[in-house]
Amino acid sequence: MAMKHVGIESSLAIAEAIRLANVDVIAAYPITPQTHIVEGLAEMVADGKLDAEYIPVESEHSAMSSCLGSSAVGARTFTATASQGLILMHEVLLVAASLRLPIVMTVANRALSGPLNIWGDHSDAMITRDSGWIQIFVENGQEAFDQVICSFYIAEHPDVLLPTIINLDGFHVSHVIEPIEMLDQKAVDGFLPPYKRSITLDPDNPVTMGCFAMPNLYTESRKALDTALRDSKKVIYEVWKKYGALTGRHYKAVEKYKVENADTLLVTMGSYSENAMDAIDKMQEEGKKVGLVRVRLWRPFPYDEVIEALSGVKNVIVLDRAISLGGPAPVCSEIRAALYSCKERPQVASIVGGLGGRDISPPDFEKLVETGLEHIKSGKTLETVMFGVRE
Amino acid sequence: METLSIYAPKLVTSREYIAPGHRACSGCGEVLAVRYVCKALGRNTIISNATGCMEIISTPLPQTSWEVPWIHTLFENASAVASGIESGIKALKRKHGYTKQVKVVAMGGDGGTADIGLQSLSGALERGHDFLYVCYDNEAYMNTGIQRSSETPFGASTTTAPAGKDSMGQHTWKKNMAAIAAAHNIPYVATSCSSYPFDIMSKVEKAVRVKGPSYIHILSVCPTGWRCPSNQTIKMGRLAVETGIFPMYEIEDGKYKLNIDLPVLRPVDDYLKLQGRFRHLTKDSIAEIQAKVVEEYNKVRHLAGLKKVK
Repeated sequence: MAMKHVGIESSLAIAEAIRLANVDVIAAYPITPQTHIVEGLAEMVADGKLDAEYIPVESEHSAMSSCLGSSAVGARTFTATASQGLILMHEVLLVAASLRLPIVMTVANRALSGPLNIWGDHSDAMITRDSGWIQIFVENGQEAFDQVICSFYIAEHPDVLLPTIINLDGFHVSHVIEPIEMLDQKAVDGFLPPYKRSITLDPDNPVTMGCFAMPNLYTESRKALDTALRDSKKVIYEVWKKYGALTGRHYKAVEKYKVENADTLLVTMGSYSENAMDAIDKMQEEGKKVGLVRVRLWRPFPYDEVIEALSGVKNVIVLDRAISLGGPAPVCSEIRAALYSCKERPQVASIVGGLGGRDISPPDFEKLVETGLEHIKSGKTLETVMFGVRE
Repeated sequence: METLSIYAPKLVTSREYIAPGHRACSGCGEVLAVRYVCKALGRNTIISNATGCMEIISTPLPQTSWEVPWIHTLFENASAVASGIESGIKALKRKHGYTKQVKVVAMGGDGGTADIGLQSLSGALERGHDFLYVCYDNEAYMNTGIQRSSETPFGASTTTAPAGKDSMGQHTWKKNMAAIAAAHNIPYVATSCSSYPFDIMSKVEKAVRVKGPSYIHILSVCPTGWRCPSNQTIKMGRLAVETGIFPMYEIEDGKYKLNIDLPVLRPVDDYLKLQGRFRHLTKDSIAEIQAKVVEEYNKVRHLAGLKKVK
């Protein structure tokens, strides 16, 4: 299939993916570093390039609430946010999942106040962890474009019907100009089925959505949602497979990079993985047995794939770009939980770094791996290391 | 409107859109108001309902009283959800061959409207969505046990602003939601009351005929929270209107019209003395309320181009 390469800012590539997905309703509120996405969409609507209703709401809470309404009448629905915006819409996120409304949202991940900080980390995503949304982390603009197209297919699939977040690092992905391979409209139309929902708010078939549940039914309704989210993995993999066949870009829940012969594996999520890869290349050239595992699918969490990638290795060093104040770092916590069931458990070091936009360069990653290994040697692995912190 | 004082049930559809068997308290003015609203709306309606009594009494999973499509999501966002419904339908009509003519309605109590939901309501009114917002105002957070709201009248005792040795209960005057709605320059705003079925129905019919946002504020008697006998609901609403405490009017394209023109107001005490929430009031505070009621009533009369009353 012929595809064109375009040098474009990732945020605008995302807007282009939304246009190609022929979205019906966009309800959004501006917040850095997400704003270029919704500005791009507003421009497309204004220029008649995208036939959609654009609701310029008065808050993120109303953005997500409007998304509930439009998705419930059967319209393909999109929004984007970040940071404070994501946590302002938080209570609405949980309702979107429980009503099984397949809204798609991009989150340009950013730190949380306070202190106020507009730069990237994963604090916003981690607070959203338990909301019932499918959550995917991307590493670059190409992946953001691809995953946005895939996410409508996944979210609206009749076996899934769950809202989906594409997490992309604020600035490090959102504002970077990259050569991106775009699909044309024909390719997207051929790939992406239309949103057809069997139950909508329809006067000819009146339904009640959003009943309250007494203690005798609440547990069952939560279990049903949990099962749906866990089972969505099958469809996610199918859609990625189809997309791979179409584009040659194959995505997996967990990616391995130069793990053969490694006795130490670094685990990352999001755009910093690319710097980590450079560091791994250099360290392997120097004869160090270090490899990299990147987690793409955050919810539903791919336990089996994580165990397959990490079990049998001696040391695992997990980088979290969010801090769980007073507790274990969130990604590391999942990795540890996954590995606990293994017969031979690797030693795990938990490192928190890259908060509020602080860079971790390839040389920093080399130091980070050394720090992790020293930490494991010290035997104090229950403690989390803050990487590069000035005390 | 002209037949306001005549109750002629044969003129009203016998079709119900909120079915009996719901769990409202006996004498609930709110469910009565909503019942009339729905009769006037008819079947081609989608309702977005805020959290509150109405949602709790009508939708315990797996049951529902609603015979029109209905969605409840949260407390403060009924207007934003309605914005999405309205926009979604617009897009479906333009792009996907959707042909139904649907009235989009958001509903909430005084808390969901005047307090926690005011921002999303203001946003939806300002953006000009074609929808009707109905506030059924029972003057406190009744669902959680009679806590004060910004719609609780001056002097009323509630569980979070109780009358006591050092307090006469609510010490602020009722927020004027109709004026706030009208300040958005929307085409239709009205007030009504659960004791006036024809008034509610004719106003709802008018509201859904206009293009753009419309707002109806319905005083809905709550015997449980107002502490009055449940067989006095209709009387209590009528007294609220006849004393001038709750004037019934419309604002069409900015023009005020008083629907019940009372040349002489009944004394407020006729209304206050029948309700336990006011029983602690002294003669002085009743006189203060009387003066304020006349002042506020005359403001509406002035806007409607009518002479003052005493």
